[in-house]
This record gives sequence, structure tokens and C-alpha cells, in this order.
Amino acid sequence: MRPVPFRVLRRKRETHDTFSLVLKPPSAAGPFSFAPGQFNMVNVFGMGEVPLSMSGHSGEVREIVHTIRVVGPVTQTLNRLRAGGTVGIRGPFGASWPLGAAEGHDVVMVAGGIGLAPIRPAIYHVLDHREKYGKVAILYGARTPHDILFLREIESWRGRFDVEVEVTVDRASRDWHGLVGVVTGLVPRVHFDPGNTVAFVCGPEVMITFAVRELARSGVPARKTYVSLERNMKCAIGLCGHCQLGPLFLCKDGPVLRYDQVAGLLRMREL
Amino acid sequence: MTVEPLDRILAEIPLFHGMKEEHLALIAGCASNVRFEAGEFAAHHGEPADQFLVLRQGRMALEIHAPGRDTVTIQTLGENEVLGWSWLLPPHEWHFDARALTLTRALKLDGRCLRGKFERDPELGYEMMRRFAQVIVRRLEAMGLQLLDVYGNHS
Repeated sequence: MRPVPFRVLRRKRETHDTFSLVLKPPSAAGPFSFAPGQFNMVNVFGMGEVPLSMSGHSGEVREIVHTIRVVGPVTQTLNRLRAGGTVGIRGPFGASWPLGAAEGHDVVMVAGGIGLAPIRPAIYHVLDHREKYGKVAILYGARTPHDILFLREIESWRGRFDVEVEVTVDRASRDWHGLVGVVTGLVPRVHFDPGNTVAFVCGPEVMITFAVRELARSGVPARKTYVSLERNMKCAIGLCGHCQLGPLFLCKDGPVLRYDQVAGLLRMREL
Repeated sequence: MTVEPLDRILAEIPLFHGMKEEHLALIAGCASNVRFEAGEFAAHHGEPADQFLVLRQGRMALEIHAPGRDTVTIQTLGENEVLGWSWLLPPHEWHFDARALTLTRALKLDGRCLRGKFERDPELGYEMMRRFAQVIVRRLEAMGLQLLDVYGNHS
């Protein structure tokens, strides 16, 4: 699959090291279609490609959003793009959050750091189809108050009466009036029926492991918990093996996987 | 106005869920209601820790103050959460400052009173140690995650 040139419509600063690009597919290509949790390979011509989950509204869309943390040369170059610039897009790839299977259940979504971006399309979907789900909780942890993504949007979600939203930071000075503590500590604060709950977890792997453990303590089994894993995706079609985790190719079998399918693999240091 | 007995209140707090009624009654004998205005300290680092709190309303911050540096909040606690385990083990001193962020109402459990009852009733002592071990394990897990700085840029 060759990269298709997408035009940058807007760039938005999210935090001191994170930004979003709103991209438009070429007119001839028609609308772009993806499911929440899927990712694209975003190509900076002549420099390289990075895997990035979509962070905006899903379905058939005329523009897509990628929220990007500056961590290397490709993302630094992406950060310098402005409206009118061009990037190459291959995608969408991978498995999505099981939003259909979650219908009729309570939904607990746990995100940490930049992990809020890949889960945001799922949040949009659940909030847009609120009547199809039971209780909904969104739990988000960031490093410091300055690292909180989508702050205004989180406040608007908090303003709703049909969703519980809790945000915490790992450390803060006294001028922060919100919660301090790790995101796993938010699980006991929210209300859900553990026997009828589906959980989505997205963030650094260590955080995922601890979050799943806390969910299990609350009664949500691993087979009802889905995680998004990202490891060095390159070809994105399950050929090159760069993202292999045991028998799984995360680009093709993932990035969204049921936790009981990967728990043992994540515990193996060699992987 | 009717006042709910303390053992009934204790039974509704997750830390005490499922405890025997006679144990709840013994614990209730060491409990009292306290309140802290916003900004008021419930504990100071290094001072005797002969109590723990179970927050019923409001929010508290656990803080570390290092001379020459800003005070750092390491955790906030809310409804039904437990503040303090230093009362269990010598030297019974607070490891952090605890400051009320809002008007906070809590149950105060007297550590000396409880330890005396544990000596006389080892089953109660074991049960409470078991429950506090879970509180401590969760705190250690949280501290491990905070130390790992999982959201930092490690590339």
C-alpha cells in the first residue's frame, strides 16, 4: 500500500510536547473510513513513517485527526507542519475497540498520558450512542497538570450527567486543585457493575498492567478488558515482524487486544 | 435528629466491609468524628501517629515538604479512603504532612486504643493487619508507578 498525500488543514497545540494535526484526504479518494482504535502509518516524505492512532471522530469522515507527541525526528518534523503542508498516509490498520460487543454493558475507559488520544474516538462513539451503553466512566491519568490532554473537552464530558469522569496527575504542586495519584487509584472511585462491564485501557504498558490488576480487584475479568498495545509498527500489514509479540502481530492482530490473550506475553521479558 | 451508631457507619466503609459485628463494635469504641477546615493539617511529618482517618467527606492532600523546594503533593484522598498506617508499627510517626483541601469530615480511629484491643483479641488484630496490608500494597504499587514516571518521555 502506497502512502496517499493528505493535506494539513489545521495544527493545534495540545500541551508543551503534544499537538494535533487535522488532515484532509485527497478529494478523489472520497471520505476516509476507520473504526475507533485503528491507526495510520503517517509518512514524512524522505524522512520516515510513524504509526499514529486516529484521535478524532470515527466512521466515514472528511477529515481525520492525529494527536502526536514529539519524541523523535519524524514527529519533530510533523510538529513543524502548518496548514497547507502534506503528509503521506497509509491506513487505516489494525483491530478496533469492540464497541458493538460492549453495547448493553457498563463501560470503563482508562487512559494514561498520550493514551487518551487512541481511546478518544471510542469515547466519542459511546457518548454519541449513549443510550446503547450502561454506566460509563472515563478515567484519565497524566504526569502533571501541564500534561493533561484535551482539557476543555474533558471538562465538557464532566459537565454531562450520564458519564463519570475522573482525572488525576502523578505529581503536582499546591496550585493544582484536582486529584493527585496514579490512574489506577481512580477505579474504586467510580460506579459500575463489574459483572456487566467492559473495560478499555490505553497507555504505557506498565500502566496497562497495573490498571488491569486494579480492574480485576474490582471484579472486571481479563476477558472483558481490552488494551491497546503499540510496539514498533513498520509494515503495518503483519509481514515484517517488527511489532511481533509472541505469535501476534500487533499491527494486524492489534493494536486492540483482549487482555487475557496477551497477559502472559506481556510478562515475558524476552518479548 | 437520630445519630447513626459508629459501628453501623464503620460497616459501610470499604475498609471494614464484611467484618464481624463484634469486631466492628470493638473498633467503634476507638472511633470518633473529626472535621478539618480547608487548609488545616491533620498530620505533620515526624509527629506522633497514634491515629488513622477514614475520610467521609471532603479531600485531603498528602504532601512532602523539602526545605528550599516547593511542597509536592504526592496523593490526594477522598471519600472512604484511609489516611495513615504509621499507627500500626513503631516508631508511630507520620511520614507525610496531611492537609485538608476542602472542609473534610472523617472518622478518627485511635491507634493506641486499637493496638490494645488487638493484644487482647488477636483475631481482630490479624483481620485489621490483613486489611491494612492491602492499603499498604496499593500505596506501594502507586508509588512504584509514580517512580517509574510512566508518562515521561523515555525515548
